[in-house]
Amino acid sequence: MTFRHLIAAGALALLPALCSAQSTRLRVPYTLDTLANGLTLIVHEDHSVPIVTTNVWFHVGSGDEKTGRTGFAHLFEHLMFMGSGHAPYPQFDRLLEAAGASNNGSTTEDRTNYYEFGPSSSLRLMLWLEADRMGWLLPTMDTPKVDLQRDVVKNERRQSYENQPYGMVADVQPALTYPAGHPYSWPVIGSMADLSAASLDDVKNFFRRYYAPNNATLVVAGDVKADEVRALVREYFGEIPRGPAIERPSPTPFTVRDTAVTLQDRVQLARLYLNWHTVKGTAADSPALQVAAYVLAGSRTGRLTQALVYDSELATTVQAYNDAKRLDGDFAVVATARPGLALDTLQRVIDQQLQQLAADGPTTRELEQARNATEASFLRSVQTVSGKADQLNEYYYQRGTPDGFQDDLDQLRAVSAADIQRVVRTYLQAPRVMISVVPQGKPALAATMKKVTP
Amino acid sequence: MTAIDMSVRPTPGAPRAYTFPAFESVTLPNGLRIVIAPQRKLPLVTVLALVDAGSVADPVGQEGVAQLTASLVTEGTGDLTGAALAELVELMGSSLDSGADWDSSVVKLTTLSSRLPEAISVLARGLTDPSLPEDEFQRLRTERLADLLQQRSEPRSLADEAFAQVIYAPGARYAKPDGGTEQSVRALTLDQLRAFHADRYSPVVTTVVLVGDVSVDGGIALVTKVLGDWTGTRPSDSSAPDTTLLTARGVRIVRKIDAPQSELRVGHVGPRRLTPDYFPLVLCNAILGGLFSSRLNLNLREEHAYTYGAHSGFDWRRWAGPFSMDAAVQSDVSAKAVREILNEFEKIRAEPVTASELSLAKSYLDGVFPIRFESTRAIASALASQSIFGLPADYYDTYRASIRAVTAEQILKASEVHLHPDRLQVVAVGDADSISSDLSALGHGLVTVVDPIDALGQ
Repeated sequence: MTFRHLIAAGALALLPALCSAQSTRLRVPYTLDTLANGLTLIVHEDHSVPIVTTNVWFHVGSGDEKTGRTGFAHLFEHLMFMGSGHAPYPQFDRLLEAAGASNNGSTTEDRTNYYEFGPSSSLRLMLWLEADRMGWLLPTMDTPKVDLQRDVVKNERRQSYENQPYGMVADVQPALTYPAGHPYSWPVIGSMADLSAASLDDVKNFFRRYYAPNNATLVVAGDVKADEVRALVREYFGEIPRGPAIERPSPTPFTVRDTAVTLQDRVQLARLYLNWHTVKGTAADSPALQVAAYVLAGSRTGRLTQALVYDSELATTVQAYNDAKRLDGDFAVVATARPGLALDTLQRVIDQQLQQLAADGPTTRELEQARNATEASFLRSVQTVSGKADQLNEYYYQRGTPDGFQDDLDQLRAVSAADIQRVVRTYLQAPRVMISVVPQGKPALAATMKKVTP
Repeated sequence: MTAIDMSVRPTPGAPRAYTFPAFESVTLPNGLRIVIAPQRKLPLVTVLALVDAGSVADPVGQEGVAQLTASLVTEGTGDLTGAALAELVELMGSSLDSGADWDSSVVKLTTLSSRLPEAISVLARGLTDPSLPEDEFQRLRTERLADLLQQRSEPRSLADEAFAQVIYAPGARYAKPDGGTEQSVRALTLDQLRAFHADRYSPVVTTVVLVGDVSVDGGIALVTKVLGDWTGTRPSDSSAPDTTLLTARGVRIVRKIDAPQSELRVGHVGPRRLTPDYFPLVLCNAILGGLFSSRLNLNLREEHAYTYGAHSGFDWRRWAGPFSMDAAVQSDVSAKAVREILNEFEKIRAEPVTASELSLAKSYLDGVFPIRFESTRAIASALASQSIFGLPADYYDTYRASIRAVTAEQILKASEVHLHPDRLQVVAVGDADSISSDLSALGHGLVTVVDPIDALGQ
């Protein structure tokens, strides 16, 4: 995920989740409307603190980009803050900050979001600014603005990828995991050459195609009255014309071939990245893959954590996660070796642990621990209106219903030992992409294709 | 549906009143202080146990002992091994972790309120009677050494550490990383950790903060049950870190071959958290580099596109922490970017901020205030800061009024007192060969070039 500007660490901890208090079902009440121009509006009232958040999702991400224009969706996100018809630059940031409100935007493979949060008294200003850039962005757009933000984004790329230890993995991993032409086969940030190529015409075409109300959903959450919000949104957004119907990318099925790549980088410790092709977020196996990731490395007692970091101390850190996107998914295990250790040693232990999990499944205790930890993380994540608002948009996009919290949790809680055995066998014992990042001049530390055979 | 006239810009009304959560505090006979803020929004409770045993309490030569000791507090107690303790906590759906910063060591727990009695008992056992086992000590020390090794390649850590070295006198605690140097961490022994725990962890210097689905009486009863029998005396005062300044201006380059960007720090030692000029300085910083619409960000990012973002900040500590202006800039504009940073710094202490800048910054800080306190963890952290710094009981109730009361003259006066152009140190982590001549040409004192290993306090 790539943001318009850096945000404090910790603010990102909102990501997935919601949960019930023991027996009561978890509900996030909402109203759902669709305006005549196709804009979807979701309102959630929470009066515990006098604040409001607006959260707009445009259903366009790097997955919609064309060859030769990678990174465009994210570059465009930056341009959305450069002024619009009735709020010329730099009013957007200035007016919101003067109202005591914060804002940001971010781009993923699947969508671009824009959000504001501040005192509930600033709602009307937030809606006016969002409506103005949805309806009147192009009149003030020009080449100098594009050039300026292009340079800012290039510096973002330098800071977060090129000058960051291990940063270039994110640059090469998509093309290794997904076949050429697949919407997830290039990084969200894009390449320097493609960023250089983006033109004002590209900006205009992209806006007309994707930034129309029928391709957007707006969530308003917080200390507001739903009826008032619904009336206000109709006033501000109702006149914006509907855009053309949008053709979505539809990736063709593929299988990964075993691949090993070595990057020599200015790092001190070698790190191993294993990536497997899995399934999209709404697929039946997705919850089991998420629970498998928890069992492997979600806590201090996770199997990989225990084996690599605690028992053998071969690794200093290990992570596992299933990145379930809208059209497809991939599963990653990332382990950093202790100084001087060759990555084949880590690979061997990881394979042994996967084999054992596939053969015996998790214990009852492990499953219970995973369920309780998941439930608790859901509960923690609904503490903020910003977290709820973004999740309402996510569930609506992925599942077609905003209040997917309890269903999501139920699916995770229903995962059985046999489910975990099955997904480990099906996906994590299949061919994979292996990236070794090693200190410069130490290619011998890289992992090789030798695998532990069952 | 009525169309609206988009040329009419909505003007937000005054923010609705917000009251910081009510809290009560009591001190038990053994000296332990309890602060409780009941919040009935969700069935969750956050507990923070704060001990006045931060990294500033590290004895000379044992830098890093506070952090390692704090990490070990949740790695086993009594018959519970570290793994068993972690499993027990996760099975309850709770989260428990511990660590130390400059000013305190802290054990943090967030749990379903139904599991609070068991969970807080585990916290209390770890806090007062940790096993401090040899194998976990060795492992955590090895991890810390690996982290230090990693930092040799991380521009941000290198810049922060190199900056601390050039603004504090050699030998000052703040000149070295809070987690210790390679040399000090390598030399640490388990006996030193045990002694640190025995000397520094005492009910007399401990505050337990509870926020969430718990009553005042219920909270006090629970804490009394699990920590009421803990005994201990007041540790000797940890000496205030020697923060003697190196007064001459200078440029320190940390060599990172072929780096596409330079990671910059420009600044000097700032005031302590309890400075009477705190609020004028908060506003001064917001305008200089704290907001997106700040002078530094508008200049370096929005006007020149040198960077993805430029910021400034005071690192508020009990003793004098750093003030710095930061940006990661394209290598070939390193000196130009430093020039702009120096200009903005000169400007903010030369003339009063404008009325519109001041109004924007005040409204922002006033408006975002309630957003800082949505979760139990956030409220608990605020109460923890209040306790660590000794802020008045009505601090959060009067915060917004204090912000509102600041004038441009107060900001100018505070800048004159606390911002020192003659002491400004510049740090650039970058491609020394290509940036050093431009940086020398700035005429900002002596330019020195060091290797990453030397920037980490070896």
